[in-house]
Order: sequence, then structure tokens, then C-alpha cells
Amino acid sequence: MATLPVSPESIIAQFGPSLNFPKPEGIPGRDEPDAVVKTHCCFCGMQCGIKLLVKNNHIVGFEPWEEFPFNEGRLCPKGVQRYLQNDHPDRLLTPIVRVAGKGFEKTGWDPAMERIVSEIQRIQSEHGNDAFAMLSGVSLTNEKSYLVGKFARVALKTKNLDYNGRLCMVSAGAGNKKAFGLDRGSNNYSDLAHAEVIMICGTNVSETFPTLTHWIWQARDNGGQLIVVDPRLTPIARTADLHLPVRPGRDSALYGAILHQLIKHDWLDRDFIANHTTDFDKACEAVADYDLDWAERITGIEKAKILRAAEMWGPARTSFLLHARGIEHHSKGVENVLACINLVLATGRIGKPYCGYATITGQGNGQGGREHGHKCDQLPGNRDIENPEHRKYISQVWGIEEKDMPGKGLTAYELMEAIHRGEIKGLLSICFNPLVSLPNNSMIREALEKLEFYVAIDFFLNETARHADIVLPGSLHEEEDGTVTTAEGRVTRIRKAIDPPGDARTDTSILLELANRLGAGKHFSYETSEDIFNELRVASKGGTADYFGITYQKIEDNMGVFWPCPSEDHPGTPRLWEDRKFKTPDGRAHFHGVAYRDPGEVTDADYPVILTTGRVVSQYLSGTQTRRIGKLVQQYPEPLLEIHPKLAARLGIRDRETVRVSTRRGCAEFPAQLVETIREDTVFIPYHWPGKKSANQLTSGHLDPISKIPEFKVCACKLEPTGKLAPSPEVSQAWASV
Amino acid sequence: MGLRMNAFRTDQEFFLDPQRCIGCHACEMACAECETNGQLPMIHVDYVDRYFTPQTSVQICMHCEDPVCAKVCPAVAIEKDEYGIVHTAKTDRCIACSNCVNACPFGVPRKIQPMDLMVKCNMCYDRTSAGKKPMCATVCPSGALFYGTREEMTRKRPNSSPVNSFKFGKQTVKTRVNIMMPKGATELVVDDSE
Repeated sequence: MATLPVSPESIIAQFGPSLNFPKPEGIPGRDEPDAVVKTHCCFCGMQCGIKLLVKNNHIVGFEPWEEFPFNEGRLCPKGVQRYLQNDHPDRLLTPIVRVAGKGFEKTGWDPAMERIVSEIQRIQSEHGNDAFAMLSGVSLTNEKSYLVGKFARVALKTKNLDYNGRLCMVSAGAGNKKAFGLDRGSNNYSDLAHAEVIMICGTNVSETFPTLTHWIWQARDNGGQLIVVDPRLTPIARTADLHLPVRPGRDSALYGAILHQLIKHDWLDRDFIANHTTDFDKACEAVADYDLDWAERITGIEKAKILRAAEMWGPARTSFLLHARGIEHHSKGVENVLACINLVLATGRIGKPYCGYATITGQGNGQGGREHGHKCDQLPGNRDIENPEHRKYISQVWGIEEKDMPGKGLTAYELMEAIHRGEIKGLLSICFNPLVSLPNNSMIREALEKLEFYVAIDFFLNETARHADIVLPGSLHEEEDGTVTTAEGRVTRIRKAIDPPGDARTDTSILLELANRLGAGKHFSYETSEDIFNELRVASKGGTADYFGITYQKIEDNMGVFWPCPSEDHPGTPRLWEDRKFKTPDGRAHFHGVAYRDPGEVTDADYPVILTTGRVVSQYLSGTQTRRIGKLVQQYPEPLLEIHPKLAARLGIRDRETVRVSTRRGCAEFPAQLVETIREDTVFIPYHWPGKKSANQLTSGHLDPISKIPEFKVCACKLEPTGKLAPSPEVSQAWASV
Repeated sequence: MGLRMNAFRTDQEFFLDPQRCIGCHACEMACAECETNGQLPMIHVDYVDRYFTPQTSVQICMHCEDPVCAKVCPAVAIEKDEYGIVHTAKTDRCIACSNCVNACPFGVPRKIQPMDLMVKCNMCYDRTSAGKKPMCATVCPSGALFYGTREEMTRKRPNSSPVNSFKFGKQTVKTRVNIMMPKGATELVVDDSE
């Protein structure tokens, strides 16, 4: 039984989240560090370069790394404070085991490993191999992502492996594969500099990717114009030439209406369409009726603004379209992405200088982590686990029989549903906190409580891991060598700065030992992270995400290498499609007909207000790391319900009043923040917090039919004022909410 | 501050562009990391009025040519050096009278109660005297804070002009730090009431 062994309050008292602040008197050793290690931030997909200061096997501070070409020293507050995860009082230093009624007690590695292996074997012999599942995450390096994929298929022999990228950019990945036959941002960000128009679709760049702001501003200094599509006036939207405050869940109607205008005014690159694309007629047909009146009615955006967007986008000579979770976290995520790609293809502005298109990958290794096989349907090199040739090639690289390669497993949310139904009995998780990050999390909690055996690997005891039978102390970003692939497609080096503290071990060594104890040791004989990378290079060879020509030394020499890089003498590919040879079977880019349909849940008399969710600049994902860093917590200490004053007035809600927010999944209370910077029909809650402060108690489990991404960005809710002013954040302590 | 720091780049200046501030607070956090600041930021980021806008404003010491904070200091604790940097109050002289806090037209110096000391930005003298950029301007992700040469700034921001003249009523304050204004602007009139 994976219920909590004691009350959550008791667990928090021992394992946090507690807040780590730097000491005012300074940190010893910063003036004379033993080493200054050039590496990258552990958080978002920008992967900013940063130098860590090391003294006596501790990270004692940071220095900006001004030579790294993407960020040139720039950082956001999370990057500045990330070193405080080091020497954190909550850090797990030994394996711990659940003891009912007592909590978690320390145990040794041997007994922990023996118990894990015997439980895996028991569950798999009683219920079949697929009854033991694995969940992973893309804060892991390429090496670890690859290793997890191989470990699950070869050592654990389960098909049920998926990852938290399922909540991140799978809609973009699926859309890109359909349109281009390859899943990567088409350009690096230097192509923003002279784009005449930049369209930012559903991405709060200045809070979620702050260091990208500089590149966008640079374009504006050069005369570029900025369009931002967002239901909220975010800091980047404030600066836009045109802000389109779209009604959540209606994105594809907007992009369809813009395409309608491009066709109507012949703002098209007909040569490009004729020579390098297919199915333009289907795209046209789908939007034939999407005139401005219709679009205004559906999207809630004034038609003059929609027309203005088309006028700005259509005739431009250069452009860059960026999108992120705002259009991807939908039951129509893939359709939204395809509708955006249609606008890029219609104008032929791709594969040329300052003509770009990219999803902004959210997680640190959201790009590389989605290429090398810890996704339920995927093998390394972004190969397909159901493609016989791909299976054969990877089986050969791994030294297994193709018949022993498991097939396609369940996606993350479906996997939790299968646990809930009792079909999956055991779980191994690493780098994933689904109790905070998946939608409809009362279902997730019930599922966790049904597990017969659950083992988690993490450096802190995250909210999900509290349900584990055994937790193994793994490694922080700075405690292992490896590579990550940034949102630009640039493969960069993560450098080990220190050893894991206490009896904590590297994630890699934990997985290797487990593989060995499961009898698969001969397939996992690596000495170093570079050994794993060198196998990954071979495994990716010939796949669409081809890393074969990338070596650690080459990354070092060039401050990163852009894949595809098929041979050692290949320079890498910062800008895709210059040759117009798309990776689809017919070599052309594909338009798709995108007919608008409603989101999974629409408002009605019972639930009349739209709820959308997102992030704040000082927190990261489920907060496992950032809810433990004092100043980041102080900057935005609790989730607030952003509500327009007119909606608030209609409902009798005052600023800072506690508001009860209900959906069909549950209800929760949040302090109201009255702001004119949000649509009147929509409220916003950021999602980084656990327990009763979790926005994901409310969000819906509607999934995109192709990408299986959950619809975090839109559901229907009801708001009720409680008449009580909310307590101060110091009292509510949302960062450690139960 | 009589020591000559040859590495100080006299060709480099600070440019503040509050329009670009995205309110992320990276500058405050990075500033606070400086050991001489005891985890207190010397730069301040605040919402203008969150009800209406996410616009934030960022304020550092403007390093006035004729610093009023130094003029009103009865203990002669505040000095401007040969590079135009107005230094924080000397700890052995400051009597925590708050004259400077009240006099500064930009609201920069702050009195730190437990230490009974005035503290303010010294443009990262430890870094700038070693030829580096101030920490806040190094990490700022949006370019709201920039440190470099005037030529570089003019080339990079063709639509803006650096301004270092502030008009408060009949008084004009000239500063070492520039703020970026619409192209062609030569001064910022903060208060034109006579």
C-alpha cells in the first residue's frame, strides 16, 4: 500500500519543503574557490550558461558565464538562486524506507536494492512485466534519458514507460513530425534578430523563458514588430505592438482566421507552396468560412485586431513564430500547433535567415529528453517503437532480440489511470512529481494509494515520493556529467562540479546497479557518462534526431553543436530546411486542414467562468526544487487567483478575499488578485504548489487524441467569495501545503 | 577610495531602460549575493501598479555628478571617487541620521535598522574596479540594465537616446547613470511645477 506512512505534516517536518536562504555573513570559500565550473542552469529549456563556484565539494555561489553565446551571462532569478539546492537541509542523504505509523526510516543501499528487486520480480511474475511501470522526466540529461529508456525496456522489460514531457511539448513534437517529419525548433534564436514580425503564441516568455526576452527586444530595436497572443497581458505582452487576448481554448480559430485573411489578400508564397508543400488545398478548405465576424465571436478578440495581425504577418519579408504551452496544453494541442505551422508555410518564411518557427521547449532537457527513448512510443534518435526497422536497429545496438523489445506503452496520465484501475501494480519514478504536475490530482492520489509497490529516485522528497515504499537519494544537476539539448536544438555539456553528498548516489549509478541486480548487467557496462553518450550517438545514427557526429570534445570546442549532425566532420545544423528537403516521406512540408472545435470542457450555467493555469517567474514546474529556495518563495509565496475587476465586481469578490474555485474535479481556495490584465471571462491560477494549494485539483483530464497532453490551459469553473480576507502568505505557507 | 584602480573602464557607462523591465528580480537576487551587501539588494524592482499593468520599475543609484546624499551628510561618510562613483556610507563614519535617505531625489539610499547604517549601490565597485560589469547589468535578461560603451548602446538601441539630466522643478540633476528615453530626448522632466 502506497498510502502515506504518517501525516503529511510529520513528513514535512522531517523532509520539507523548508526554505534555504543564503547566510547574510557570506558563504565561506566564495572568494577563493577550488574550481569554477562552466555548466548550464538546471531549470528551463533555455539552458543558460552559468559558472558554479566550488569549494570543498560544495557549490558556494555562481558567476555569470558571459562567453556562452545564447545568454551571454544573463540569468533569471531561478538561475541566480539555483545553487541553494546544494547544502539544503531537505536533501536526501540515505535511502529511506516507509514504515507505517512511523514515517520514513533510514536504510542501507543493499537492503533497499534487494527489496526493490524482489518486489519488481514478484509483481512481474504475478501480473506480467507491464504491471510494473516507470515514470521519468526531462530535467535529466540526454545520457540519463537514454539510459532510462534502455533500462525500462531491457532491464525492467516493461512497455509502460513514459515521462513528464507528456505535460510539456508533446503536442509540438507531434505537430512538427506531421508537418516537417522532424521534431525540433527550425531555427536558433539568432534568427530572431532581424525578423520583421515576431508572433508569440501562448507563451509567457518574460516569466517562463526570461533570457529569451533579450532576443525579442533585439528584433524590436532593429525595427521588428511584435504580436503576442495570450489571454493575459503578460510582461512581454505589455510591450507588444499588438496583443491578442484570446479566449482560452479558441486558439485554432484565431490562426484559422488569420490564414483565411492571408488567402483572401494573397499574402502567400505561391512558389514555395507549389514546390515544397502538400495539402494547401485542405488547409484552405478548412478555413473557408472563418471570416472576421466568426473569429471575433469564437475567440473573443476584436476583429480589427485579428485583421491587423494578418496585415502584419502576411506581407512581411522575414518573420519568426514562437509558441509554447499556451497553445499546446489543450485537447487540441496538435491542431493548434498545425494551425500555426500553416501560417509559416503559407508565407514560405522558413529555412532562410530571419525566417523562423519554433516551439519553446519548457524543460531543461525538454528537447533532448524527448528524442532518445524515455517516451512510451519512442526509441533513440526519435525512432518509432512500432516501426519494425527501428526496433531491429535499436535491438541490435542494445544487444537484445527484437522480439524482446517491448511495444508501445501508456502515456503518463493514462498510466496513472491504469494504476487507478489496478492494472499496473508497481512503479519506479525518477524526476517526476505527478501529484503536483498532472491534472485532476485527486485521481492521481487515489492511484498512488493503490500501488502495491512504489520506489522513487529523487534528491528531495517530493510530494509524490511521500507515497513511496522506498526512496533512493539521487543526484542534483551539478553532481553528474552529461549533455542536454536546448530549446534551440543545441547540444551542450553539463559538467559535474561536485560529488553527491552523504550516501546519495548519482542517478546513473543507481540505475546501473538496479539493471545489474535485475540480471541485465551485461547490457549496461558503462564507466562514464561519455560512454553512455557514445552509445547514444550510435543509437541515434540514421534517426531524425541524429547525434552521431557530436562528441564531448566537439561540444567543448564549439560551445555546443546543433543536431542533426550525422558525421564527425559535419558542423551541425543551426537552421533547418535551408535545403528545402523536409523529412516527411515525400520530402515536402505538409499543410493540415485544421477545423475549429471546442475545448474538452466549455462553460455552462453551473461552471460559468474559464479557468486557465500557468507559471510565475520565480517558480519552476512542480516546485520540488524552487519551493525550497527561500527568496524564490518570498518573491511569489502563494498561488493567487488573477481575476478581472469587472468579473470580481459581478461576483462580489474583493482583492485578497479568499475565493472558492470549483470545477467538476474538485474545489480549492485561493486569494483573489484583482487585475485589469486578464480577460473578463477568464481566471488564472499558477500551478507550482501542492496539496490544497494545487491548481491541478481543478484542471481537467481531457487529453489531446494524438499527443495525449492534458488540457491544463482551459476548463470551466465556478467562483464563490467566502467573505473572508485571505491570511498572509507567511500564515498560509503554501510552499509546503498539505 | 584614493586607491587608483587601473582596471576601471572609464569608457563604460550604466544605461537603465525601465521600459524593458520584466519584473523578474534577477538583478535584486544577484546584487544581494555580493558579500558586502549581506544579502540585501542595492537595486529595487517594484510594480508600478499591478492592478492596471505588469509594468515594473527598476531603480539603482544614479551616481549624481553633484550627489546631494553626500552634501547633506553631516559625518562626511559619503564620497564620490575620481570615476564618478558615489560610494556607500563609510561604516566608521555613518551616524544613521537618514539625511541621505530623505534627500536623494531617486529614493536610493536605505537605512538598515539592525546595523544602523546607510547602504546603497556602489556600482559593484569590486567588479567594476576589476574591469568587470556590475552584477545586475550582467544578469538582467531583458536589457533593462546595460553596462558598456556609449557607442555600443547607440548602435544596439537606435530608437532610444541615453539621458542623464533630470529636471526637478528649477533644479537639474546630472547623473553618471543614463536612462534610455525616446530618440532625441535630452532630459527627463520629473517635476515641472515651479
